[in-house]
Amino acid sequence: MNERRTETLVVTLVTVTNLLIAFFISGVVIWALGEDPWFALKTLLYGAFGYDEGLGYTLYYTTNFIFTGLAFAIGFHCGLFNIGAEGQAYIGGLGVGLICLWLEDWSLWLVFPLAVLTSIILGGIWGAIPGYFKAKRGSHEVVTTIMFNFIASVIMVNILSHVLRPPKEMSPESREFAEGVWIPQMHEIFDWFGINITQTPLNGTFFFALICLVLVWRFIWYTRWGYEIRTVGTNDTAAVYAGISVSRNIILAMVVCGGLAGFVGINEIMGSSHRIMLNFQAGIGFTGIAVSLIGRNHPLGILLAALLFGILYQGGAELSFEVQAIDRHLVVLIQGLVILFAGALENLFRPQIEYFVKQLAPQ
Amino acid sequence: MSTVAIELTDINKYFGNVCANKDVSLKVESGTIHGIIGENGAGKSTLMSILYGFYQADSGAIAVQEKSTEIRSAHDAIAAGIGMVHQHFMLVDTFTVLENVVLGTETGFSLQESMQKTERELQRLEKDYHLEVDINAVINTLPVGLQQRVEILKALYRGADILILDEPTGVLTPQEADHLFRILNELREQGKTVILITHKLREIMAITDNVSVMRQGEMVAHRKTSETDREELAELMVGRKVLMQVDKAPAKPGSPMLTVKHLDYIDDFGVRRVKDVSFEVHCGEIVGIAGVSGNGQSELMEVITGIKPFQKGQIQISGQTITSTVRADAATMRRFGMAHVPEDRQRRGLVTSFSANENIILGYHKNPSYNNFIEMDRDFIIQSCKKQMEHFDVRPDNPHLRASLFSGGNQQKLVVAREFERDPALLVVGQPTRGVDIGAIEFIHRQIIAMRDAGKAVLLVSVELDEILSLSDRILVMFDGQIMGEILAKDADEREIGLLMAGVRKEAA
Repeated sequence: MNERRTETLVVTLVTVTNLLIAFFISGVVIWALGEDPWFALKTLLYGAFGYDEGLGYTLYYTTNFIFTGLAFAIGFHCGLFNIGAEGQAYIGGLGVGLICLWLEDWSLWLVFPLAVLTSIILGGIWGAIPGYFKAKRGSHEVVTTIMFNFIASVIMVNILSHVLRPPKEMSPESREFAEGVWIPQMHEIFDWFGINITQTPLNGTFFFALICLVLVWRFIWYTRWGYEIRTVGTNDTAAVYAGISVSRNIILAMVVCGGLAGFVGINEIMGSSHRIMLNFQAGIGFTGIAVSLIGRNHPLGILLAALLFGILYQGGAELSFEVQAIDRHLVVLIQGLVILFAGALENLFRPQIEYFVKQLAPQ
Repeated sequence: MSTVAIELTDINKYFGNVCANKDVSLKVESGTIHGIIGENGAGKSTLMSILYGFYQADSGAIAVQEKSTEIRSAHDAIAAGIGMVHQHFMLVDTFTVLENVVLGTETGFSLQESMQKTERELQRLEKDYHLEVDINAVINTLPVGLQQRVEILKALYRGADILILDEPTGVLTPQEADHLFRILNELREQGKTVILITHKLREIMAITDNVSVMRQGEMVAHRKTSETDREELAELMVGRKVLMQVDKAPAKPGSPMLTVKHLDYIDDFGVRRVKDVSFEVHCGEIVGIAGVSGNGQSELMEVITGIKPFQKGQIQISGQTITSTVRADAATMRRFGMAHVPEDRQRRGLVTSFSANENIILGYHKNPSYNNFIEMDRDFIIQSCKKQMEHFDVRPDNPHLRASLFSGGNQQKLVVAREFERDPALLVVGQPTRGVDIGAIEFIHRQIIAMRDAGKAVLLVSVELDEILSLSDRILVMFDGQIMGEILAKDADEREIGLLMAGVRKEAA
């Protein structure tokens, strides 16, 4: 138990240190561009938290990253490096949109579970196919899931421009759904309680994301299916010994990955744009990888990391708007530095921090 | 008259609050083979790591060749003439022998020059010490015994006069071990000093001149090997009297539990590993499979336990028939009443990064008693894990501790606890005491006998002939995938088994 607590402390300190270094270097770059780093930081934080509209956008982005972060984490626990959340979200989102178009006269209470189910099925299929190739043929999932991202992208362009695009419309997107199947936006929900907040794309899906965090946490660590997935991911020799089917679990994990990634469609399509749009998932799937790795593939960590990236997205947008020398690309740079230090160079300072913790608390 | 090659004085080493070495002193005479023996976790490896510069002692002094020496790194140790052969070899698998020896000592501008120099030197060393090995062979094509020889050559090439070998026979077949001992004798005759770390009494008795015994971080005794015996050393190691002989009542075999008929297994590379094997295991008896490691025993076990599918023949277990078309995986075999203690507990028997309570359900995680409708019943699992750990004397009995943090013996007891507690009809046990300390060996052996006496059928596979001889009621000897012969344990003769293990069939009159 004690060992676990020390480990948690070390991991937390390592992550925080890495983030501070990433921000410090970002600050140096901003300073070199002739701007005040303190002002930039203040602007970023104000943009993300300072007023209810900013906060709304931050949490709206966070919702997306929770889904794709979880999608990566499940695969990771099964020893898979799922780069395909992007495509899985895209195809899952298509399912959400089709249900909304098809059943738009129905009550939201019926459409929502059906949309969730369709997103799981379609996103799941999009994950299951690379999973099947991995399990039965040994094709590496990094290669196949990337390929499936491209395939998804081509399919969506075709469907949107040739099938779903209403006649006379120019842009490759579907028509808007009837209002009855829109997920209530946060300002509407607050309105029910008589509280007034600014309208943002933040919607009820945020709560669904929080529920998913809890469900995934219980699934991975408290069910026999999660136990099997973790066994396969950590030691497949022991899995075979225990009579756990490696291939079945790889496919199962990829289906769950795909399903979770597909929920991005619920937030984006059912909750915000209310139509199927081109590239609605752009970048969210890839960011999910960073979110999960920085969050140590644990739902609590993923929540915090998703929030961090929500802040960077929203605060960064504000920053590039407010400060002249900082444009969109610098925001990407900051995000890149965070991924570099908290993800790739994760253990750079670990030995020192471990030493420090041991000094601090001998046993 | 003889000089002292190594003298350690009052070495202390703490890891946090844990004392790994306490006031350890050791004198190793030049030109001798000096054994250091102790149970796992007694501090042997820590002591040698201090001598080789991996760790720094908290206090104490080291003298090499009667000169006080400070050893801060492996580099210092090599400079002082100390070489080490690790338990797990430090070789680049895809390099040749020559390249591996050169690695790290290359000088000058052209690699070719160093290579040629090393080649000449290596040929001289091979001749001087009878350490023949093809210097142009690629490491991964060499058997383990020869790889170890390369490690010794590496140390000698670096000018080692004192050679430390850490559990060198753990990975060797008995023949390879014998060969190693001949090499060590040769080295001693040429004036080198050898320190042999082991927990096997037989090796100490066979080859060393002097022996030092460690227990719980302390040096408890120094003996001349000629003036001591196994029993005394075992007692010193464990700290109490140890029964070297297993007491057991005669077997009362019942009906057949496992029947194997004409079993053939061809592995993924197309090699026929198990050839037309047939035998029976009855309730209430222990059938031992002896053989030099790598003669198909491991594969036979994997096939019987449902890990690998087989091509020909059939297996009957508690009335169920399994063939190459009617297959059963490990989970199905468990349902048929089989329990399996695998040969390789770290890779197969445990998920070492999981906690003890997660390991205690491995393979049984679907049992209704462990599961509620959706989630597992963690409280119940932890409780029953605690109970099993107490029952099987797993120390520390903390169900939350990660499996990798237990000692080898306690990891094995954890696996044994899991498999024995299920009340299986058939028990398949592979190398139950490999890398396990003496105290735990005794315990595990008694548990196996207890299972037999409770009427279970036991199939025991081991490369330790002593273990087979002392536990089994019937002995099958495997060689090259075939069963060479069957011997009743009561009239077993070590020489006869040895011949069968070497593939020499007893001519029928």
